[in-house]
Amino acid sequence: MNVERNVVCTFCGCLCDDINLTIEDNRIVKVEKACGNGRGLFEGYDPVPKRPKIMGTEASYQEAVNEASRILKSARYPLIYGLSSTSSEAQRMTVQLAELIGASIDSTSSVCHGPTGLAMQAVGEPTCTLGEIKNRADLLIFWGCNPLVTHSRHFARYSAMPKGRFVPEGRRDRKVIVVDVRRSETAKSADMFLQIKQGCDFEVLLALKALVMGRSLDAVEVGGIPVKLLQQLAGEMKACRYGVIFFGMGLTMTKGRDLNVRGVLSLVRELNDHTRFSALPMRGHGNVTGADQVMSWLCGYPFAVNYSRGYPRYGPGEFTAVDLLCSGEADCMLVIASDPAAHFPAPAVRHMETIPVIAIDPMESLTAAKASVYFPTAMYGVDCEGTAYRMDGVALRLKAPLKRQRPSDEEVLQALIEGVKSC
Amino acid sequence: MSDESFSVICTLITGRTLEQAKGMHGGKTEEEYKQAVDKAFLSPEVLDKLSLKEGDEAIFKTSYGQVRVRVYADAGLPSDVVFVPMGPTANALVGSDTDGSGMPSFKGLQVEVSKP
Repeated sequence: MNVERNVVCTFCGCLCDDINLTIEDNRIVKVEKACGNGRGLFEGYDPVPKRPKIMGTEASYQEAVNEASRILKSARYPLIYGLSSTSSEAQRMTVQLAELIGASIDSTSSVCHGPTGLAMQAVGEPTCTLGEIKNRADLLIFWGCNPLVTHSRHFARYSAMPKGRFVPEGRRDRKVIVVDVRRSETAKSADMFLQIKQGCDFEVLLALKALVMGRSLDAVEVGGIPVKLLQQLAGEMKACRYGVIFFGMGLTMTKGRDLNVRGVLSLVRELNDHTRFSALPMRGHGNVTGADQVMSWLCGYPFAVNYSRGYPRYGPGEFTAVDLLCSGEADCMLVIASDPAAHFPAPAVRHMETIPVIAIDPMESLTAAKASVYFPTAMYGVDCEGTAYRMDGVALRLKAPLKRQRPSDEEVLQALIEGVKSC
Repeated sequence: MSDESFSVICTLITGRTLEQAKGMHGGKTEEEYKQAVDKAFLSPEVLDKLSLKEGDEAIFKTSYGQVRVRVYADAGLPSDVVFVPMGPTANALVGSDTDGSGMPSFKGLQVEVSKP
């Protein structure tokens, strides 16, 4: 029995790097410091070798590589999707494969913070690290996100609770404000909760910006929030020493999408004329930030990239996975470490059922269970080393506390590249 | 749309829950996951209006699809908003049109909630 200390948990974008794992016979028998989601990631994970499947029937690794390579080579419009729960090394390999076969490549960003990417390209990214927030921030605004459910240790490690250099009393030195449609778990623990009318985020953000600029509003309420309360909030934002807006899919998934995020970013830009303010998206999957980073280095764009002409073209709404599936254009799909069959709208899932799907995943997800070819792989950060990016863009090295007995995502992708070349 | 006395028009939002995440770790083909995502939350006012009790089934209908799910009360919801945990049930209701962004309408669609 041995204890691996300071292991990185890759469940969510927090990438908590203080997890202790007790290991016996290459199995994790005790998990310390992790949240419920982190425990779920480590507990019960079985690294035993598993055979790939072709049409649900077990096959040899080489047979699976040959069949997957044949599918990819013969496709007229291949779509590659996922990437957010694998290492940046595997993400890099995926882009190489996309270029080789002239595919469209898209990450789960397109159904989480893709609109944030569009807004950042338009306005800029007033960002900071979680370390700065821990040590300096005295005003925290959570807009359209519910970290107590989705990022359970965010409050404790990075934002509301920790004692920092310029906030020595921790929670007592910070004010926490939540803006949301519903009184969520996070809203219940806030100092102030503003219940916004669904779909009115853009108006409220615009009104706040006007108030921060010193304008007056000819209205009693905006988006269900009394203007007096918005005036109070604008005053607190200007008066704080270091403020942060954390925002989530309450903004990106609702009407307005990237315009809502533009509202946040331009408000924060305005606030920097008065004090220090930042904005940070609450990134969901463990390495979805890495997917954006790697795609940006290699293609020039963070998601929705098409290689059919031999060079990268960017097209959210055209080359994004949901659009390519719903339009019926994609005639084959390679899914890496993601489960679109569980999380895409029904028409997209219906099209997936009509085309060959290749799944690379440590777990037999709903996508993997119905795939034409399924490769069970090692889990990054558990039995596979690699690199992942935290939600603030800080890259962390992942250890492999368990001995690897299955191929890594990177190895399968390398084999597919070679397989396609030799087809 | 049905007779007003038997249905209510609300706005649909979908999202993560602790239960859904816990179920996901056990496997998406397992009963725990199915129970976690095959449900919906309504404000107590809407439950009363439709004479529904917690655990009763209701029909949810959007312009994209229709499902029949068990409903529960959430006092934190505005009376005109319903919440469905992300998963196959929610996916049957959400919009596939991304408005040129790549992002489907996971939040903000109009939904008709009615008693079976």
